[in-house]
Amino acid sequence: MPRPGFVLDVDRSTPPMLFWHGERFSLERLPADRSRVIYPAEPHPGLRDVRAEIRRAIAEPLDSEPLAELLNPDMKLTICFDDVSLSLPKMRRPDVRQLIVEAVLTEAAAAGVDDVHIIAALGLHRRMHDHELRHVLGDRVVDSFASSGHLYQHDAEDPDNLTVIGTTDHGEVVEINRRVAESDLVVYANVNQVAMDGGWKSLVTGVASYRCLSHHHNPQSLENTRSLMDRHHSALHHSIWRMGSVLRDHGPRVFQIETTINTDAFPSPFDFLSKREWEWTARDRASYLATSKSLDRTPTRISRRIFHSIKAPYAVTGVNAGFTETVHERTLAEVYRQHVVEVEGQTDILTMGIPFICPYNPDSVMNPILVMCMGLGYMFNMYRGRPLVREGGVIIMTHPTYREFDPAHHPSYIDFFDEVLADTTDPHEMSMKWERKYAEDEWYRHLYRTQNAYHGVHPFYAWYWGAHGRAWASRVIIVGGHPDTVRRLGFTPASTMTDAFELASDVVGTRPTITHLHVPSVLVADVR
Amino acid sequence: MKALRIHDRDRRFAASRLGSVLGSPNARGRGPLSLDTSAFQQAPTTEWQELKVMLSGICGSDLALIEGRASAYFDPWVTMPFIPGHEILARTAEGHRVVIDPVLGHQCRGLPVPDDVSAPADGHDYSHMVGGQIEPGIQTGFCCSAGGGWAERMWAHPSQMHSVPESFSDEQAVLIEPVAGAVHAALIALRSRDEAPLLSVIGLGTIGISTVAALRHFRPDARIVAAGRYPHQLEAARQVGADVVTRFDGLARALRRLTGTAMIGPDTGGGADSTLDCVGSGDTLRTSIGTTRPRGRVVAVGMPAEVTVDLAPLWHRETELVGAYTYGTEDVAGVRRHSFEHAIDVISSFPSPWLLSATYPLNRHRDALAHAATAGRRGAFKIAFDLREEN
Repeated sequence: MPRPGFVLDVDRSTPPMLFWHGERFSLERLPADRSRVIYPAEPHPGLRDVRAEIRRAIAEPLDSEPLAELLNPDMKLTICFDDVSLSLPKMRRPDVRQLIVEAVLTEAAAAGVDDVHIIAALGLHRRMHDHELRHVLGDRVVDSFASSGHLYQHDAEDPDNLTVIGTTDHGEVVEINRRVAESDLVVYANVNQVAMDGGWKSLVTGVASYRCLSHHHNPQSLENTRSLMDRHHSALHHSIWRMGSVLRDHGPRVFQIETTINTDAFPSPFDFLSKREWEWTARDRASYLATSKSLDRTPTRISRRIFHSIKAPYAVTGVNAGFTETVHERTLAEVYRQHVVEVEGQTDILTMGIPFICPYNPDSVMNPILVMCMGLGYMFNMYRGRPLVREGGVIIMTHPTYREFDPAHHPSYIDFFDEVLADTTDPHEMSMKWERKYAEDEWYRHLYRTQNAYHGVHPFYAWYWGAHGRAWASRVIIVGGHPDTVRRLGFTPASTMTDAFELASDVVGTRPTITHLHVPSVLVADVR
Repeated sequence: MKALRIHDRDRRFAASRLGSVLGSPNARGRGPLSLDTSAFQQAPTTEWQELKVMLSGICGSDLALIEGRASAYFDPWVTMPFIPGHEILARTAEGHRVVIDPVLGHQCRGLPVPDDVSAPADGHDYSHMVGGQIEPGIQTGFCCSAGGGWAERMWAHPSQMHSVPESFSDEQAVLIEPVAGAVHAALIALRSRDEAPLLSVIGLGTIGISTVAALRHFRPDARIVAAGRYPHQLEAARQVGADVVTRFDGLARALRRLTGTAMIGPDTGGGADSTLDCVGSGDTLRTSIGTTRPRGRVVAVGMPAEVTVDLAPLWHRETELVGAYTYGTEDVAGVRRHSFEHAIDVISSFPSPWLLSATYPLNRHRDALAHAATAGRRGAFKIAFDLREEN
C-alpha cells in the first residue's frame, strides 16, 4: 500500500526542504517549531491492463447503455479529447487518450459507423502541434483521420461552426462546436489529473465559444471559486454544471469516458523530487547535487528543453464511462482517494516552489503571468474547506520570474504584460477595461485559428485564475524573481527566503506559522 | 577670454574616437577640445554684435563631433579651430537677453538674400554656407569666424538674434533652440496628416521630449507613442503629451496594439503614420521604417552618421524618409513664423525647466561632457555651461 499524504511538523532535525525555482531547484530551511510541510501521498498502483479496463468500462457503463448499443451505421459520431494541457508532464506513450480513442474506433468500426470526426477539445488554448497530436492519439489514429480532415482542432472563433444549444436559468448562453452539437453521439476521452477537470467541464469549456466561456471565466466566478478542486464550492463549476444541464437536455447524447492517473510524475534521475527529504538516500542526495549543479550551469533554454522532454511514468488508476455526472462522481472519488491530505488549521504564511510548467506552457516558456496563474491559481487552490493560509496572510513563491515570453504560443500575453498590467493588476478593472479589446483583436484571432497561439483573451483567464488567491492574501512575495517583473505583477520581490520572511513580518509578525506545499504536489489539502 | 576650443582634427580626434569606443570617462579630455584663455577675436564684420554668453547647452551633435563620431560629410562645412556651442542664451551690450538661431545664412555672410529665404536655414541651395565674408561653417559653433557658446563672449549677426520673453527664466530660454529643432521636425512629420494621426517618437532625450511636446502642441487630436530607454524619460514623455510610452523594444507591440495590425517578424503590418527618430542609429532607423505604415513617413531628427540599415522595408513599404535639420520659417495654417516663435509657445505650455538638469562652469567641461554623454543613464536631460557668474 502506498503511504498516504501527511503533514510534517518541522523541528531542528528536519533537513532543508526542496523548492522548485523554475528550471532549477533550491533547498530552503524552514523555521523550526512553527513550520509544517504538506506531502502528497505516494503514487497509487495502476491498473494492470488498461486496455481491458477501457473495454470493460464502455461495455458496462454507468447510467448508460453500453457504447456498442449507442452506435449505428447511419449516425454522426464525434470523439472529443482533452488537449495538450493534460497531463503535466506529458505521459509516456501510449497516452491513455490514444487507448480510449482506439477502443471507441474499434467499436464504431464493428457497428459500421462511417461518419466519425475526432476533435481536440482545446477551448481557447493553442492548437496542438502535429507531434503533440501524435503523442496523444498515436500515429495510427492521426494518419487515418488527419489527412481526410476528420481529425481537427476545435475553433472557438469560427462562427460558421458554432451553434447555440440553449440558455441556462442564469442567462448563460451555451454555444458550442456545431459538429458536436449536431452529432448523434459524442464520446469524450478524458484524462483527469486534478479534481478540477472532467465532468461537464470537458465539453462546456473544450468545445465552447468565447461567449460561452466568458460566463464563468471571469473575476466574479473565480473569486467565488473556493476552490477549483472542490466543484461543490466553486462558482465556476456551478456555472459549468448549469450549462451541462442544458447540454444534457437539449444537446447531443454524450458518452463520457474519464480516467484517473497516479502521481508518479518524474522518472529517474528526477525521482528524488517525489521523495521526502529526510528519507533521501546517499544516492538521492548525489542525484540532487549533480542535477542541481548541472542546471545551475546550464542556460535556461537548455534546461527548459530538458524538463519539457520528460515523459512521466504515470499509471492509470481508474476508468469510468457512461453518463457524465455519474462518471464524474466516480472519478472525483478516485482523485480524492489519491490526493486528499487532512490538515489541521491555517497558517500565516504559505510557501511553494513554482516549477517550470503549468497547464498553459507545455513545450514553452513559463512567462510571468503563468507564474501568477500557477501559484495563486493552481497551487493556492489545492484545498478543500479553507485555504492553507489564513485570510490576510502571506504567500511566498520561488521562481526566477524572468520577463520572457514565447511569441508563437503567447502573443497576447506579451501585450497583456506590457499594456494591461502596466495599467492595472485588478482582475475586475482589467475585465471591464481591456478584456474585450484583446478577445476581439483580429491578429490574435488569426494566430489562434491558424497558428499555435492561445486565444487573445487567454492571459486574462490566466490572471482571473489567481483572482481568489490574490484577493485572499495581503501580500505575495516571489523569491529570486526579476524585481521589475515581480513588481509589474503587483507582488514583492525578495532575494532570499530569509528576506521574504523579513518582508512578510510587516503583515504577519516576526514568528509567523508557515505551511510549505511540497512540490511536485498534486494533492488536495482538506483543511479543518 | 576663456573658451573651449576644438583644434586640429586628426590625431586628437582619433584618440577621442578610441576613447569613446573604450568607454573611458576621460576620453573627452584626451580629445580635440581644450580650455584656453586668449584674446577675444575680432568681429567678422561691423554688423556683428558682441554678446556675453549666459547659458549654452551641450547637444548630441557636439558630443558626436568631440568624440569623432560625426559624419565625414561635414568636413568641408566646418573650419577649425572653432568654439563649439550653438544652444545659446546671451546678453547684448544693451542688456537684452537673446537666443541665437545659429545657422550662418546669407545675411551673416553679406550675401544677397534670395526671395524664398526669410530665416537663415531657409532656401534650396546651401552653397552660401561655404562662402561670403566669413569662413565656411554651417552654424555658429562650427565656424572659426563666428565663435560659439562655450566661451565667455561671442559674436552674433542681428539676423540670428531672437528676443527672449520677459516671462521666461534663463533655464527656459536656453531650451528655445533645441525645442525649435523639435518644432521643425514635428511640422515635417505632420505635413499632409489630416485626420488624427498616429505618431511615433523614438528616443526620449531632450530632443525626443521636445518633439513629443511639439507634436502635442500642434495636434491635440494626434495619438502619440513615445519609445525611450529610461524610466524618467518615459515619465517625462507622458507629462508632455504622449498617450502611450514604452521601452524601445516594446514599440512595435505598442503600435500593433493601437492599430490592430499584425506583427510580421519584428515589424508591424501597419503602424504609425509618421515616425520621428530622435536617435539616428541603424537600429532606430530600421525600427522606424519597420513600424511606420506603408507609404508613411520617417523623419530623421537625431543626427545620423554612417549607419548600416537594411532598406528593403523602405522599398517595400514605399516609406518616405526625410531629414529634419534645425529650423526655419514655418507655415502653419497659412501663417508664417520662425520655428523659434513656435518653440516659445511650446515651452510656455509645458514644464520645461526640468529639462535643464545640470549646469557646469567652463573649467569643469570634462564633468559636463561626461554628464551629457551619460545623461540618460544618470536620469538627466539637458546639460549646459553656465557662464552667468563669469560674465
